[in-house]
Amino acid sequence: MSLIAITEVKKRFGDNEVLKGISIDVAPGEVVAIIGKSGSGKSTLLRCINGLETIDEGSIVVAGAQFLPDEVHLKALRLKVGMIFQQFNLFPHLTAGGNVMLSQMVVKKTPKKDAEAVARKMLDRVGLAHKFDALPDELSGGQQQRVAIARALAMQPIALLCDEITSALDPELVAEVLAVVKELAAEGMTLVMVTHEMRFARDVCSRVVFMHQGRVHEIGAPEDVFANPRTPELRQFLGVQ
Amino acid sequence: MTEFSFWDILRNLLLAARWTVVLSLVSFIGGGIVGAALLFLRIGGQRWARLLSRGYIQLFQGTPLLMQLFLAFFGLGLFGIDVPAWLAACVALILWTAAFLAEIWRGCVESIAKGQWEASASLGMGYLQQMRYVILPQALKVAVPPTVGFSVQVVKGTALTSIIGFVELSKAGSIVTNATFQPFTVYGLVALIYFALCWPLSKSSQLLERKLNVAHRNH
Repeated sequence: MSLIAITEVKKRFGDNEVLKGISIDVAPGEVVAIIGKSGSGKSTLLRCINGLETIDEGSIVVAGAQFLPDEVHLKALRLKVGMIFQQFNLFPHLTAGGNVMLSQMVVKKTPKKDAEAVARKMLDRVGLAHKFDALPDELSGGQQQRVAIARALAMQPIALLCDEITSALDPELVAEVLAVVKELAAEGMTLVMVTHEMRFARDVCSRVVFMHQGRVHEIGAPEDVFANPRTPELRQFLGVQ
Repeated sequence: MTEFSFWDILRNLLLAARWTVVLSLVSFIGGGIVGAALLFLRIGGQRWARLLSRGYIQLFQGTPLLMQLFLAFFGLGLFGIDVPAWLAACVALILWTAAFLAEIWRGCVESIAKGQWEASASLGMGYLQQMRYVILPQALKVAVPPTVGFSVQVVKGTALTSIIGFVELSKAGSIVTNATFQPFTVYGLVALIYFALCWPLSKSSQLLERKLNVAHRNH
């Protein structure tokens, strides 16, 4: 059974139809990379899975929970899927530890002591145990993004959505973030990531989705998609002739 | 004819200045509470609440404070309700302050990056939780300097209440002038006392702005 079932999803911004009927099923433990040009709708799709955007048609079901745009259903959905953003979006007024603790205490009502223990564990998992008391300002971009990953993991989601999480990083910081993601993938976390890191998609992902003009243009195992692109659009995107 | 010493004049003005201080504090605190309520209506989800709050703010920002004082003082009188000057002064100043503070604070809340809303939403927080734990702590930091700066306007705004007969610093100034026939000395002192009240406020607003900006530098 699929963990995330996206069926015939359509999304419009005014007259502009951004998603024109997307269907993707993601199995538990799968790592799916969504690639495509900017404007192809890949980020919008990811944001729909997390309920940051509402959908106009179709359905999104995560582990049996239907996406409906009211606060109760949204909260249930968001407890199942965590999201990591391009701009990190750490809370600047809280320390790294505070960032990881906040939603546990506020949303799950975890006692402070337990939340702190979880936060230390999660920060350790992304290699930042020693930065527990550092403010986001005092961290590099790569470290901030790893804190953001720890923050999402602390809510114990069953899947993580990554929206171009290395695009805002200096090249030398990309590797440390991808290493964390790779480790998560190895541990069996279900991941759906919009990415421009083709090599990473090839090495780590179990499936690659190529989106073009609001549709799933090609989908398949990375070795097929990258080695034998069937459509001219994908060939052009990958820069092979 | 009685002679008034400089000390007599100053003493009477300082006694009246207490009421300027009290009125300023009442207006500022009351205005802050009403303003916070307006702010939540203004940025909350309900359409009617947003319109109501926006209408209120536009009305009070778009009319002179003096007219608001007159309406509070004489308006209720038309219905046979006798409003003492101090009450009319407090009510008008509170409502006026609230309109401006709500608008200042709205700007501060909206200056917080959209990503903060999205990140907290994606962690499962509801609207009030996002406000309480993520948005307001950051917005408050931004809001402190302009809020303290606006308090200067409130202090000076209290001078208008002299016209409906509330005896604060300005009113005391005219009363003392009428008795002493020394307008230059009296109003000079009145101005100095206002300055002594306002200058520390503007100065601390500047200092706070510099200090909080440092803590905020990367956002």
